Amino acid sequence: MDPIAAVASQQQPPLRPPAHQVSRRAVLWWRLRSLLALLVVVLPQVAVLVAFGADSPGWLTYTAVGSAVLIGLYALLVPPLLFRIHRWEITTEAVYTLSGWLVREWRIAPISRVQTVDTERGPLQQLLKLANLTVTTASARGPVKISGLDEQTATELARTLTETTQATPGDAT
Amino acid sequence: MSTPVQLATPVETPWRRLDPRMLVIGPINGLVQVLPVAAVLLVTGQGDVARLWITGVIAGLVVVGKMLTWQTTRYRITPERVELHSGWLNRQRRSVPRDRIRTVDLTARLLHRVFGLSVVQVSAGAGTGSEHSGLSLDAVSKAEAERLRRELLERAAVAAPDPGTGAVGPPVQELARLHWSWLRLAPLTFSSLAGMAAIGGTAFNLIDELGVDPRDIGPVDEATDRLVSAPIWVGILIIAGLLLLVSVVGALVLFAERWFGYRLTREPGADGASTLRVKRGLLTRRSLSVAEDRLRGAEIVEPLLLRVGRGAQCRALSTGLTKDAQGGALQPPVPRQEAHRVASAALRADPAEITRARLRPHPRQALLRRLTRALVPTAAVVAIAFWLGWLVPELDWLGPTSLVLVPLALLVALDRYRNLGHQLTAEHLVSRQGSLVRRTVALQKHGVIGWTIRQSIFQRRAGLVTLEAVTAAGQGGYQVLDLAAGDAAALADATTPHLLP
Repeated sequence: MDPIAAVASQQQPPLRPPAHQVSRRAVLWWRLRSLLALLVVVLPQVAVLVAFGADSPGWLTYTAVGSAVLIGLYALLVPPLLFRIHRWEITTEAVYTLSGWLVREWRIAPISRVQTVDTERGPLQQLLKLANLTVTTASARGPVKISGLDEQTATELARTLTETTQATPGDAT
Repeated sequence: MSTPVQLATPVETPWRRLDPRMLVIGPINGLVQVLPVAAVLLVTGQGDVARLWITGVIAGLVVVGKMLTWQTTRYRITPERVELHSGWLNRQRRSVPRDRIRTVDLTARLLHRVFGLSVVQVSAGAGTGSEHSGLSLDAVSKAEAERLRRELLERAAVAAPDPGTGAVGPPVQELARLHWSWLRLAPLTFSSLAGMAAIGGTAFNLIDELGVDPRDIGPVDEATDRLVSAPIWVGILIIAGLLLLVSVVGALVLFAERWFGYRLTREPGADGASTLRVKRGLLTRRSLSVAEDRLRGAEIVEPLLLRVGRGAQCRALSTGLTKDAQGGALQPPVPRQEAHRVASAALRADPAEITRARLRPHPRQALLRRLTRALVPTAAVVAIAFWLGWLVPELDWLGPTSLVLVPLALLVALDRYRNLGHQLTAEHLVSRQGSLVRRTVALQKHGVIGWTIRQSIFQRRAGLVTLEAVTAAGQGGYQVLDLAAGDAAALADATTPHLLP
């Protein structure tokens, strides 16, 4: 094989991407979450700056502006990227997800080994009608998580998955 | 109050009590635990009457408490569950479904052994709530413990007890027993060194707590004086030599305590499902049982020192091992050959099919990644060392000294790459990695219950991924580090056909 083709074939992802994307509202959810982080990180710094005025340490201005810019950039650029990357699929054999921004993570859990299926929604997610779906297997490192699903899709998925697992005998180890 | 209605229900399994000898052992153990407090109270009190009283009351409370524990603890084994009720003010009810029981371990500490008792630790597999953790019966008679172990591990339908077979017992197959020549490998394990440090620390603490300054002891004081007057390097040499001597002796003692009377056996069960059993211990006798149908593979662990001494240790990958099972160790540190032999005997597979399989090396890019991952942090450390030397003139030796780390990091990186490898044999997925601790894992194909493939941005540029086989046993997942992206998918697909999308 010629070296260029070899490099090109190496850069292929190991598996095809899962079929479905998460809800489009997830972008907004990720943005709002990073804005919350902005509040938590930057607000105390600003509070100190305002309260102590000229007495506050000089570097605080820089860290406050720096963290605000970094988190702002993250909120602007990363959520659309996450939306493009995050995908899920439930085949006849397995639950299959792809997630991660800096570190891509493909996860596959056989449906026959699924033990529990949970959905959860935080306050922000309730507002946006989103939900997380967590599928656990017998392994301590097993849980497969799909975040930012449409609320109804998540409920529906949890129901069908639970039905399938209950039909499987054994304790799935 | 019993009513006719209750009598009409099917016969309930009667509740049983722990062994009455616990009425003696429990209080003694409790008193030993409060001994340091009592000692401090009495020694610092100098015969103060109030302190004597306090000590007496504490001791009395402990004795009564331990007796109450015995009085209120009851257990029973029904066809479906193991149940344990205990506590007086704070009542606890624990219950483990029998089909979830993974291991039943017996432990007898010195005092228990003197009285012929044994603690039964029942541990359950992954589950929810209290069913997860299992329960422990502290303690029952040795014979009862042995009976419980057999009964709980044989999950077959409760057959009518047959007095004939019961008396003879099934034939037990011995897989390994202790060779005292293995003692030479004992000082090469880190756990022994750590154990020694712990013992030393405890001893020092004890001396300290009793209000004695080690320097007040005559000979120690003289020795300290002489050391201080000698040149510094002599002092360092002597101290290092002493430490080495103490840790070697300590390692030998610990090895003997842990592994005295070691035997690995296979006991056939009534339903054809046999059990691997490790028995060991000098003062504290332990028995660890692993049901063979819970076994998902084996692991050969070689810490660097042990590897240099051509030693290794085999561990079982089993679902639901207890924490103090020492990671499922099937043997003490032994010569490498013996470790592979035990792995093969435990898994009933040829060594070439499991931990001795010919492994496929990983691509060149993996070497580059090992090198960068070892050298970049080292470079950072060296840079910081030089910077500190530049800031503080007294520390100017720090930078040049830290340069020693560079060749060391290089060696580790090369060794890590050399050790990388994987192979799929008829029944097992075999993978090896690590340098400071080299681990060779043979995981049964049917023990794989999922996959995780990870790819960092650096790995993406090198066309590598890390494949993790998810399993219910052992650590929950075993990695194949840095293999070519295409190979990872092919390997996973060959291990679990039809699963991958």
